[in-house]
Amino acid sequence: MSDDANLFAQQQSNRRRSRLLTIGFMLFFAWVGFGGDLALYLITADAPPDSYHHIIPFIGVFSVAAAGAICWYSWRHGAERVLWATGAWELIEPATPEQKQLVNVVEEMAIASGLPRPRVWVIADPDPNAFATGRDAASASIAVTEGLLAKLSRDELQAVVAHEMAHVRNLDVRLMTLLAGMVGAIALLSDGMGRVIGRGSRVTARRGGSGKGNPLGIVILVLWLLTLVVAPVVSRVLAMAVSRRREYLADATGAQLTRNPMALASALEKLAAATDPTKSITQGAAHLCIVDPAPGVLSAREGFLADFIASHPPIRQRIIRLRGMGYQQAKREAMETPA
Amino acid sequence: MATIVLLVVIGVIVLWVIGAYNGLISLKNQVVNGWKQIDVQLKRRHDLIPNLVNTVKGAMDFERSTLDAVISARNRAVGASGVQQTARAEGELTQALGRLFALTEAYPDLKATGNVAQLQEELTSTENKIGFARQLYNDVATQYNTRQMQFPTNLVAGLAKASPAELWEIEDAAERSVPIVDLSANKRGA
Repeated sequence: MSDDANLFAQQQSNRRRSRLLTIGFMLFFAWVGFGGDLALYLITADAPPDSYHHIIPFIGVFSVAAAGAICWYSWRHGAERVLWATGAWELIEPATPEQKQLVNVVEEMAIASGLPRPRVWVIADPDPNAFATGRDAASASIAVTEGLLAKLSRDELQAVVAHEMAHVRNLDVRLMTLLAGMVGAIALLSDGMGRVIGRGSRVTARRGGSGKGNPLGIVILVLWLLTLVVAPVVSRVLAMAVSRRREYLADATGAQLTRNPMALASALEKLAAATDPTKSITQGAAHLCIVDPAPGVLSAREGFLADFIASHPPIRQRIIRLRGMGYQQAKREAMETPA
Repeated sequence: MATIVLLVVIGVIVLWVIGAYNGLISLKNQVVNGWKQIDVQLKRRHDLIPNLVNTVKGAMDFERSTLDAVISARNRAVGASGVQQTARAEGELTQALGRLFALTEAYPDLKATGNVAQLQEELTSTENKIGFARQLYNDVATQYNTRQMQFPTNLVAGLAKASPAELWEIEDAAERSVPIVDLSANKRGA
């Protein structure tokens, strides 16, 4: 019963965070749009009567409409886009024994978690990795790389699939998939706006910048530029923080589904040992994966910042916790079984 | 005034009876459904075994007794009815199959011929599915049994024709227990 309560609390928290995320995203785009309008309005307010005055806030209207469209799209098609971006293909008719085993294992975990069977996808990449995506349990997909199928034993594969099923069951997939769409959109917006501003500033400079702009307008413009520069970083850090917290829980729930924490521990060992990056999975979807697709890059370059930015808790820490669960389990069994 | 109070009280009671009744019926259906899930997997297992026996028969002719044990265990399992009888028969079948697979290890050629490996994978998966479906069934059945015995739901149990569902007990000591999730550790690390 307490497990049910835990699960319900986790699902509620993910629903709430998904809503908050959408609201925050809309507010951010509103600020980018209307803030830009305000800055332009203030700056052009003192201009000679015959020159351009920015009165209609069309940037704001356009950017809020765009944000709405992006939210809707991430909600409806986020999972498809993530799968498309990794080049995954759907496994419908298993051809090799490995593929058959994958389908079997996914079916087993669907039964264990009491959920409908998610769609199964394979990514043509030699590095072992896996992720789950979707809006809810009914529309969920689980994707694994070919490297994962080749390197893991049956029990280990089952453990990894159980970890992904745990993400599906906790509704982590909803939050993570929305995040993937929005992080991507913000990166794109920041890039695009940077280009527009670059051109715009050259134009004003040519017009013989008198330097007599409205001071408030300048302040807002600076603030506005600052958000545009900082937003991609902030959104990525947010995605990573949200993901890290959920990895431990998915490890634990997954181990509960298979009743075999040691298998996940040894699977993580193998995933950690494969230090090559998962090339098919780009930064935008990194937070969805069971292990960071680009291991070492952040930690090597940014030192202590890695702790803050890394999408996943240190894999050593996860293995230690799973082993702890395994030992506890063995101890209890030893006590329960009369000698 | 008094009649209104009386009507409200009766209304509340009727609503509660409806709610409790529907709750029991829904649990009962979940139990039936849980058992169906097990049944599907058991059928699949029974269908796979003749294939396996036929494939290995030629190569393992002198292991006749093991093969016969598997076949007779399978036939008993097919004929079993009721939760307890099925549980016992399926347990015996699992053991007989275990011995057969242990023997096939001694025939590398046999394992190399894809077919056996494939059948073994199918049987392993089916066995896992039975195991997980059994967990789910036992969970729902326990919930159903508790609910129909608890006061005040037990007053409606007769109306809903609820009777305790049998659990699928296993004596297998090697069966793994559920690991405990320590959530305090999860929070500290986040």
